Amino acid sequence: MTAHARLQGITRTYPSVGAHPPVHALGPLDLELQQGEFFSVVGPSGCGKSTLFDVLAGLSTANSGTVEFEDKPVTGSVPDGIGVVFQEDASFPWLTVWDNAAFGLRRAGLPEREVAERVEHALSFMGLRSFARAYPAQLSGGMRQRVCIARTLVARPRLLLLDEPFGALDQQTRLLMGDEVLNLWRETGATVLLITHALDEAAMLSDRVGVMSARPGRFIDLVTTGWPKERDSTIVAEPDFGQVTARLWSLLRAESMKAIAGLP
Amino acid sequence: MTRAGGIRAAVIGGAAAALEIACHAGWIDPVSVIPPSQMVAGAYTLLASGEYYADILLTLENVGLALLVSLAFGFLGGLVLHRLPRLRQAIDPLLASYYAVPTFLFYPLFIVLFGLNRWPLVAIGFLFAVVAMMLNTLNGFDRVPVVLTKTARVMRLTRTQEIARVTLPACAPYIFTGVKLAIAYSFIGVIAGEFVLSGAGFGFKIAFAYNNFDNPTMYGLMLLLLLLVGSVNMLLYYWERRLYARQVRA
Amino acid sequence: MSAVGEELAVSTPQTGVSGVLDTLYAIAALLFAWQVLHWIAGGLVLPSPLGAANRLALIAADPEFAGHAWETGRAFATALLISLIGGLGLGVLLGVHRLSSEVAEPMLVALYSMPKITLYPVILLLFGLGISAKIAFGALHGIIPVIMFSMNAVRNIRPVYLRSARAMRLAALQTGLHVMVPATLPEIVSGFRLGFALTLLGTLIGEMFASQRGIGYMLLKAMESNEPTTITALALLLIVFATCASWILLAIDNRLHRRT
Repeated sequence: MTAHARLQGITRTYPSVGAHPPVHALGPLDLELQQGEFFSVVGPSGCGKSTLFDVLAGLSTANSGTVEFEDKPVTGSVPDGIGVVFQEDASFPWLTVWDNAAFGLRRAGLPEREVAERVEHALSFMGLRSFARAYPAQLSGGMRQRVCIARTLVARPRLLLLDEPFGALDQQTRLLMGDEVLNLWRETGATVLLITHALDEAAMLSDRVGVMSARPGRFIDLVTTGWPKERDSTIVAEPDFGQVTARLWSLLRAESMKAIAGLP
Repeated sequence: MTRAGGIRAAVIGGAAAALEIACHAGWIDPVSVIPPSQMVAGAYTLLASGEYYADILLTLENVGLALLVSLAFGFLGGLVLHRLPRLRQAIDPLLASYYAVPTFLFYPLFIVLFGLNRWPLVAIGFLFAVVAMMLNTLNGFDRVPVVLTKTARVMRLTRTQEIARVTLPACAPYIFTGVKLAIAYSFIGVIAGEFVLSGAGFGFKIAFAYNNFDNPTMYGLMLLLLLLVGSVNMLLYYWERRLYARQVRA
Repeated sequence: MSAVGEELAVSTPQTGVSGVLDTLYAIAALLFAWQVLHWIAGGLVLPSPLGAANRLALIAADPEFAGHAWETGRAFATALLISLIGGLGLGVLLGVHRLSSEVAEPMLVALYSMPKITLYPVILLLFGLGISAKIAFGALHGIIPVIMFSMNAVRNIRPVYLRSARAMRLAALQTGLHVMVPATLPEIVSGFRLGFALTLLGTLIGEMFASQRGIGYMLLKAMESNEPTTITALALLLIVFATCASWILLAIDNRLHRRT
């Protein structure tokens, strides 16, 4: 089966600014995402996780290597079929929750009836229906991230990219949001790539976890979890869960120390 | 010099050069605007003549007086309002629209009240500057992080110690902003007053030169004023950077 | 922008009837203080609030007044248009690039702190005596804060909004219209508030200084003829106008900022 998305030999170097030397942030790195899988990326700070994210989404261009989505090259613009949720809250404060969710579709020129249908569905799915007329400023951080997810959902993405979307939330909310993302994944059948620094989150949610080295980021290992599709956060009770997390940490521990030592 | 600083110097230099050329080429009526070189010459002449020092000093005195009074009242006002939240709420809309009101209109009234001397000028400078100082003082007190106040209590500091060692240092950057504004506004108020109606001072001399068609002196004085204001700004800017470079602003 | 605009940094007004009542009490207290000052200083020096109001009514009834008010209004409106639209345009242009905003900011701050009234002779020499000079005065005062606020508004757009627009594959025009405009609007309106106030001030001072018509001119004449009652009456008119306009703009400003 051809991969849903493929990165080959990707490197990214940021040019020097002023007195600073160029920064070799990422790669060379290869990655193949299978159709419908849930793939997480973990790695120490500064390893280039977000750079990887940007390159895959088409928000940034790699210095070398190729990026393909559905067998077509990705160059400089975000392809149709990829949905993106960022780390920071990207909800537009001047729009209601409803208008936020409808935003992308309206700009794409979809007829209002279809927009309404999709927004209804996405908001209900994300548990935001009763907040449709509220403004993001009135909502908690977790709710705002849900708004961002809903905004992405309505476009029916086939590949969903999430960059530490729950980073700003407390642990319990994170666990619940994890359950919601799993629901989403099953319901839409999309391929999901999740960037996270939380090992338990990666271990719990994913089919496979890519472990990145310290900068310049490369994959040290790909860990397969082998979970059934119908999983949720209660999987933390499984003995295998502890093993997966331990494996991830044993791979990461040395890399993380390298990353901390390297910080200015 | 930073890249931005270099570009800035080039822009100003370029504009001055363009003006110089335009004047010499006769594109600009020489009765209206004189070439920058003559402006500089005018400034030099009037400084060398020593005739204007008394006026410059007078203006600086007036500004200084207005500044002192507005800093004192502004700071105290901010302190009082911070302690009396209900009063603060009540006059909040009035303060918010204070700078919409052309307080300069009171200048004629002050002249009628005090006569044609320095007091209307000081009063106008004060009116302009005091509220900016007050608002920034308030803002500063508002922004002392609660956690610092709690820390002071945990360390069992007395009220005086808390204010001196925690509150004031914490809001100092904001109060400094108030001081900067107060300086600018005192200048603006006093010189505007001198310009419109006065018998002496920097602003008066500019108006006098204008009325006597003495362009070199007039432009020379304007140039000096611009340099003075620019220097004061720069000094404050560098001083602020040195004081607060390491401090995190909320 | 650390300095300019801090005078706008008041806490948001309270809601609720008791808050409004409190403010009315405060205004009443001010009027009372005025009355006391009147008793101390005497009617020849400072009229009472009622005296000023009466004089204002007389002035307004005078057929000549309409002409003066129209003159001031015309000059102010034109200057305001220039300040707001010109300031917005320039500010946006400067704000789009990091370098241009960095270069411009200290220069704008210096211009803001400079007593622009001392540039009036230059303006008079360039525009002559008349309404265009007044408009120039007003615009000169008002345009600078509008440029500064607009520039900063564009500069400080949260990058994640622009990234989201790219992620949703918006065209450039769509990004400008549907993301950048609403994102910068609150800050731009704050700039407009300050621009409004300063344009009014500039126009009035211009009239005081060099004009044969307009409310500023009336003020100067009243001062020269030693008529404190007229001065106070006109001041009252302008204060009420400016405060009401300011409150309307403030309400809009607060509404926009509350959503952020």
